[in-house]
Amino acid sequence: MKNQLRLDDHKGGSQPNAVSPLKSPLIKVAELFGFSKWYTKVLIIIFCLLIPFIVHSNYAMRVIIYIGLYIVLALGLNVVMGFTGLLNIGHAAFYAIGAYTTAILMVNHGVSFWLTIPIGMVLGILFGIVLGFPTLRVRDDYLAMVTLGFGQIVYIVANNWMGLTKGPRGIPGIPAPTIGFWDWKIVIDSYPTYYYLILFFVFLTIYACVRVRNSRVGLAWMAIREDEDVAAVMGINLVYYKTLAFGFSAALGALAGSFFAVFQTFVSPNSFTILESVIIITIPILGGLGSIPGTIIGAIIMIAAPEIFRAASEYRMVALGAFMVLMMIFKPEGLLGKKLYEQTYKA
Amino acid sequence: MILLTVRSLTKRFGGLTALNGLDLQVTPGEIVGIIGPNGSGKTTFFNVLTGMVPADGGEIYFNALDRNLLTEKTHRIIGMGISRTFQNQRPFNNLSVLENVILGGHCRTRGGILSALLNLSWVRREREELRSRAREVMAIFGDRLLSMEDQPAWTLSYANRRRLEIARALTSNPKLLLLDEPTAGMNPAESIQLVENILGINKKGTTILIIEHDMNVMKRLCERVIALDYGEKIVEGTFNEVRNHPKVIEAYLGREQ
Repeated sequence: MKNQLRLDDHKGGSQPNAVSPLKSPLIKVAELFGFSKWYTKVLIIIFCLLIPFIVHSNYAMRVIIYIGLYIVLALGLNVVMGFTGLLNIGHAAFYAIGAYTTAILMVNHGVSFWLTIPIGMVLGILFGIVLGFPTLRVRDDYLAMVTLGFGQIVYIVANNWMGLTKGPRGIPGIPAPTIGFWDWKIVIDSYPTYYYLILFFVFLTIYACVRVRNSRVGLAWMAIREDEDVAAVMGINLVYYKTLAFGFSAALGALAGSFFAVFQTFVSPNSFTILESVIIITIPILGGLGSIPGTIIGAIIMIAAPEIFRAASEYRMVALGAFMVLMMIFKPEGLLGKKLYEQTYKA
Repeated sequence: MILLTVRSLTKRFGGLTALNGLDLQVTPGEIVGIIGPNGSGKTTFFNVLTGMVPADGGEIYFNALDRNLLTEKTHRIIGMGISRTFQNQRPFNNLSVLENVILGGHCRTRGGILSALLNLSWVRREREELRSRAREVMAIFGDRLLSMEDQPAWTLSYANRRRLEIARALTSNPKLLLLDEPTAGMNPAESIQLVENILGINKKGTTILIIEHDMNVMKRLCERVIALDYGEKIVEGTFNEVRNHPKVIEAYLGREQ
């Protein structure tokens, strides 16, 4: 019987070898400048470093710094939502934890800014783990509610714990951080210096996200996103990896918070409302969940567009909302997101 | 020497008894077939064995470990040497074929988040080793998976997705491989080829438990077949013994009036 059925052995099978699609010359040229090329990366880095020399308006610099801040926040959220497929509507909580840690330690205890960053990140990780644990038992809609509740708890605590956070009055007068060795010293209190500081954090975040995504950990996260039960059978410890995703994401959120505190020199609970969480969520969804360049472009659009169209006053928010709706209809995977077999991230 | 011992394994779903005091022993190097009508508890047995579903009673001992396997967490079981495929194809659809197969070897590697951030050399070496191990496993199926390794898994054909699941289960180098209807939906030629592949895997020392409805496949593969009905083992023996046994015929076709 086997002899009669040789036909199948000639690699004909049910599926011929995949043929790479024909590419137009235009796409080939575009590929020469793809993100993966080293000279593209160098060009982007040089461009980023030159921005303070090109842009002189303080207002524009402020917007650019905010873009950097939101890139760090959104990339952190992308780890939980894009890689691991867990919806988190409370990311602003980690942002708040980082900001308050830096503010309180610097103002009340005179701790150096550089020391408050790791302390804030560790606190963020601890809270990420605290949030991660209950979320192991809930999925989908219930997970959204738990994270939403967590975001609200942090906001309400910041608003009411007068002794620690001074409540709605906030903590003013956060000193400028300095970098210095012996008699050489730079005070970070001008827009270009703030810009270079956030640029450093952005590069650090991108590096961490790319490294982790390409590692065994990132692959395990994506397996959880695709199919939790199968991931467990493949030997992936769901408890550990989900908690790890929340912790990693929280550390990046807290890093952004620390920067925010010294940049604003003032923190109050109003900066960490639910609206903040919503803005952070829209960025990776707009750019493409799971895509690092997509998230960066999403942050640029979401933060810059309302400023560019400031002249249109209230209408710009209507236009932005309409744009988001259209995006979700015509390109639900986001600007640079991969077209998915099915929407695997669970709302 | 016995690889797997199952003693009076019981699982109930509400009022339904999916497994009712199942006993089974598997010796190393065997291919054991499990047959039975739909709903007779075959897949539930695999689910309990891999820890996806908690059992209500019974004991499972594996490979000279003196601990009851039922007390182990799901993710630890593959590390002990039991891996499986799924009846209703469950590859990681949006990951590439190669990534799917690499994920099967998760339990054999130990790179963590810090070593990934620092990009340590042993992590890179470990990743390369796992990658070549994955390619080695995919080579069992010739060019079929290898030529598609960068494509997302959902683009694969039905039969190739089945092959992918088998490859994914083999990356961890399991002692016991559980195959849940591996030839369902394949044409006869593909089934026969898969039988050859499975025999090849078995020859390299992997013990196999296989659920299958295709009797031609069973005849070629199994030295021993057990038949389940309502969660109970009704017959155990060689393929021919089981196939012609009146109890098996009754379970499939009903009692003659």
